[in-house]
Amino acid sequence: MADVRILTGNEAAALGVKLCRPNVVAAYPITPQSQLAEILSRYVEGGEMRAEYVRVEGEHSALTVCISASTVGARTFTATSSNGLLYMHEQLHWAAGSRLPVVMCVVNRGVGAPWSIFNDQQDSLAQRDTGWIQLYCRDNQEIIDTIIQAYWIAESLYIPVMVCYDGFVLSHTMMPVDIPDAEEVRGFLPPYKAHTLLTPEAPRTINSVLFPWRRPNPEGVLCDGYMEMRYKLQAAMTRAHGVIQKANDDFAGVFGRDHGGLVWKYRCEDAELVFSGMGSIANEATVAADLLREEGIPAGVAGVRTYRPFPREEAAEALRSAKALVVLQKGLSYGYEGCLTSDLKAALYGTPLRIPVVDVVAGLGGRDVKAREIADAGRDAWKDLQAGKQGNRSLWLNCYTGEDHAG
Amino acid sequence: MKEILWHGRGGQGVVLAAQILAEAAYLEGYGGVTSAPTFGPERRGAPVVASTRVSRNPIRTVAQIEAGDVAVVLDASLFGMVDILGRLREGGPLIVNTPSSPENLGIEGCYTVATVDATEIAVASRLIVGGMPVVNTPMLGAFCRVTGLVTLDNIERALKRKMASDAAGANFTVVQAAFEKTIVREKEKERHG
Amino acid sequence: MDEKNVKRDLNVSALCVPAKGEAGRTGDWRDFRPVIDHKKCIPSSKNKAACFLCWLYCPEGVVKMSIPVEIDMDYCKGCGICAEECPPNAIRMVREGENDG
Repeated sequence: MADVRILTGNEAAALGVKLCRPNVVAAYPITPQSQLAEILSRYVEGGEMRAEYVRVEGEHSALTVCISASTVGARTFTATSSNGLLYMHEQLHWAAGSRLPVVMCVVNRGVGAPWSIFNDQQDSLAQRDTGWIQLYCRDNQEIIDTIIQAYWIAESLYIPVMVCYDGFVLSHTMMPVDIPDAEEVRGFLPPYKAHTLLTPEAPRTINSVLFPWRRPNPEGVLCDGYMEMRYKLQAAMTRAHGVIQKANDDFAGVFGRDHGGLVWKYRCEDAELVFSGMGSIANEATVAADLLREEGIPAGVAGVRTYRPFPREEAAEALRSAKALVVLQKGLSYGYEGCLTSDLKAALYGTPLRIPVVDVVAGLGGRDVKAREIADAGRDAWKDLQAGKQGNRSLWLNCYTGEDHAG
Repeated sequence: MKEILWHGRGGQGVVLAAQILAEAAYLEGYGGVTSAPTFGPERRGAPVVASTRVSRNPIRTVAQIEAGDVAVVLDASLFGMVDILGRLREGGPLIVNTPSSPENLGIEGCYTVATVDATEIAVASRLIVGGMPVVNTPMLGAFCRVTGLVTLDNIERALKRKMASDAAGANFTVVQAAFEKTIVREKEKERHG
Repeated sequence: MDEKNVKRDLNVSALCVPAKGEAGRTGDWRDFRPVIDHKKCIPSSKNKAACFLCWLYCPEGVVKMSIPVEIDMDYCKGCGICAEECPPNAIRMVREGENDG
């Protein structure tokens, strides 16, 4: 019988981590992630989880512990939010460059300054180019399921994975979560096998200085230079598309829940007005799509679950019938536009789809985003389309942007 | 979908009440339930709101509730400070912990109003935690009585899932007492129309 | 470079294994070479496994902990640290091209 419990996102994440049986957990508490770190330390203290919980003095060290432990063959986990993630930034590159399958939860929170403890996704969006896979969750069920898939993906590709979920709106909101059976998880997720095990029996140097050129070693092997090593990461990221989809499909086969792989679709088949977004805001958009459908506007949602690697083809496919695209996002590239808007526009380049794209920045620093507000933005885009306006637009949803702020 | 707002003060247990209701509603067969606190810092004594959503189907919204279908007020002194009626859809119900009767509460507008002296019930049962009478769980009894959304049986099962069995038993006693003692004044449809 | 006939680096992450000559044949970097006077050298003269500070200090690991002590001149860079550290001054640095004397 299904074991359904009413859980917060953080509780669901902690149970997901426990099911994956990591050997080492190192995390530094930060709002809104704290509850996750607390529960995991309790599991270890109470003997429910046979792992080493390493207490550290900050996030940079938390990830460094995971990197080191992963190098000697441990399955590792860490979690953080906001400025804690920014503090990890150097080591994010290090984990990806070393090809270590660390799994981390990012409980999304706005970054300072000014201080905010509330949700947006600027923290993880700002880590887009570190070489980590980024998966965004819609609800608490998806959090627990995605963590299990994340280990499968990370350890298949030797690429670290961030499982991102919205702070407070998911981390602190309770909803029903079906807990996967521990034995079934054991069957789905084989034990971690390191690509290179650092041991005293086989001494070696990992990540010594690489020169710009390739170089033969004494055994006659032509060792890669920095650029080849970086190319290998990019090639693995390209392979990741198939691996992420397979993790999703195999998981669905065992546990009966399909979260869409790279891009999930809601009423997209005949949708002419399509919303896109990541995480809970995209789920909110499904409610907005329902509202617009009631008014006769054929709306749908193409939710981006995998942000890196970016699902160019899957996104373009989901938008096949679209005549206008409204991109909702809780983070942007200052001086340009919402990060997801740029990526989706790029995905459409070279396809027959030439549709107006509305770039919507919303919900920064925890500002509530309501389905009716999303529907309003969609309705405006629809009216523009009916009026024959074809240009792209940008707007900040539910934000005072008067002339006196524009100077 | 039914949206319930729990108004109280930090320390009175609105968050836990919202959670127990979500738990009970799930046991009742509602496939979609969520409960959420007010996001951010929590301070003892400050006005706080927690929410529960209950639906037959899975819930896809996590936005804050603008206006609830039911308001439960654990501390009647909040009426002067918080716009409780401003976040309640017309008709209510409004369920208040107070010694007053619904008529004497002075609520204007078309609402079903229910009152129960949850504080007195907690004191009489000696259900006092940290020096404060436990008023959140009795209000669950009042909620059952007024809305019929969940049964007392499922409140009891939910209590057992959320707390140790002796605490669940003590709390269920006050739930039952409040269920019995709640006074309901239905909204007056006929009078106006 | 003939890309087809080289052994490829199949490592997922950048790594190197300690190996003789990992940095190439470094013996030809030398201007001065160490010359050991085995009459003064403690392990050589006393026939005891003692001292070996040259072995300990050599940054290139080219000194063999043997009796008599040997230095691998294919890889010795001639840095002179062994001569500097040798307690009985048994090692002298002699300019390449000149006789051991």
